Amino acid sequence: MAKSDTPLLDQLGGGKWPSFIDDMKQAAKKKPMAKDLLGQLELSYKEKIGHWKHGGIVGVKGYGGGVIGRYSDCPEKFPNVQAFHTLRVNHPTGWFYKTEALRNLCDVWDKHGSGLTNLHGSTGDIILLGTTTDHLQECFDDLSAKGFDLGGSGSALRTPSACVGPGRCEWACIDSLDTCYNITMSYQDEIHRPMFPYKFKIKVAACPNDCVASIARSDLAIIGTWKGDIPIDQKEVAAYAAAGLDIQKEVCNLCPTRCMVYNGRELKIYDEDCTRCMHCINLMPKALRPGPEKGATLLIGGKAPIVEGALLSWVIVPFMKLEPPYTELKDLIMKIIDWWSETARSRERIGELIKRVGMRTFLRAVGLPALPQMVKSPRTNPYVFFWPEDIKQKEVK
Amino acid sequence: MPQIELAGKTYEVDEDGFLQELDKWNKEFAQAYAKNEGIEGQLTEEHWKIINYLRDYFQKFGIAPMIRKLVKDNGIDMKRLYELFPTGPAKGACKLAGLSKPTGCV
Ligand code: SF4
Ligand code: SF4
Repeated sequence: MAKSDTPLLDQLGGGKWPSFIDDMKQAAKKKPMAKDLLGQLELSYKEKIGHWKHGGIVGVKGYGGGVIGRYSDCPEKFPNVQAFHTLRVNHPTGWFYKTEALRNLCDVWDKHGSGLTNLHGSTGDIILLGTTTDHLQECFDDLSAKGFDLGGSGSALRTPSACVGPGRCEWACIDSLDTCYNITMSYQDEIHRPMFPYKFKIKVAACPNDCVASIARSDLAIIGTWKGDIPIDQKEVAAYAAAGLDIQKEVCNLCPTRCMVYNGRELKIYDEDCTRCMHCINLMPKALRPGPEKGATLLIGGKAPIVEGALLSWVIVPFMKLEPPYTELKDLIMKIIDWWSETARSRERIGELIKRVGMRTFLRAVGLPALPQMVKSPRTNPYVFFWPEDIKQKEVK
Repeated sequence: MPQIELAGKTYEVDEDGFLQELDKWNKEFAQAYAKNEGIEGQLTEEHWKIINYLRDYFQKFGIAPMIRKLVKDNGIDMKRLYELFPTGPAKGACKLAGLSKPTGCV
């Protein structure tokens, strides 16, 4: 048997699960670009060093983002990946496709690029991996003709993303799909023409299960929630118990605030202590459901660990009604972005800025009231939110 | 290093076409290169205002300005900026101004 050119990569393909290596090898049969990509990756594994140069600037007309320039640092060895740019394509909200749309995408990409795709990248977008500068504009034109648009990159509003929400989930509290689509269409300029201090991500989850990880991975997280008590159907509770669910152990004991009591017959929830985490509803969806009044909690400042460390986001609006045309939400987004753009240092995410200047400065700047729900670590120091003039000094006699 | 020929002179550029020898920049370079960035015909006063602003800023601070600053200082909006430089301020305008490639996060 002929000796393999990629012994290290072969190991990745040898496991139990499908590997991207198999896909790349398949692509390599018809695309020299994919073949050289395998070669360069093998070299990277061998030398334990990446072989992409950082930061090319390429693009299409009218857009300041959506294309990420990539160049090999060893084009003499791998001439077909000398330029290997990535296109970010705005995914359909909730990632719903017709097969026809996927075929269209692949046809365009076979024509203009390496044929390699990554659905979906951690940004949410459709990632088209590897093309050359002279193909960019045409590829973009062909994508547009099929109804696709580029997503965000660089210091811009990144492609907003949302969970499937009411598309599949019975207990979705908000229409994450419509909210996300509305935001995307409202902020086309902010997505395509970067003018922020750094990136800004908005993610929408329709319930606290937060399947888009908005709390950790977006600067502004919009998470569906409810007001009022969780309605309980005791008959269904009994049916779950009869079917073998250990309600005490699985439901009550794992409630983060321990606000549920089960006496073997009936379940009681002390709703005033419930943090609306969804845990009990996930386990007994027939017996429990979100309360009657639906809306969203907004959180700010989540980010992955680049430049500074990772941050989880912080509640800024405990409850907002979320209905089209989303005026209240969009007014707030603009205020936040304006303040951040004016105040931030270059490449400072909003979470880092708030950490630097303080939550109370942020709240005053965007006109939000300080509320108990914002206290990040309850029972530490609630005075952190007060301005000196708020605390009237009493004269000591 | 790739080279380009513009108005009878040869320049060293990087793979994205950004000028490598910053002191080689001249007005003819910008004008001749404009077509490449989607600008038809002569560069107008509005173009030069942005180009000169970028060069001044770069000479002072050694980096390209943040786009918001560029827009504010020149009393121009993003729409007009992209009309002037269809490939955008970071790519088009900086390239014509002979700035080295702006670094940014992708
Ligand atoms: S976050 Fe909630 S509504 Fe959205 S997909 Fe997950 S479970 Fe469904
Ligand atoms: S939603 Fe969460 S916090 Fe509320 S009762 Fe259920 S498990 Fe407890």
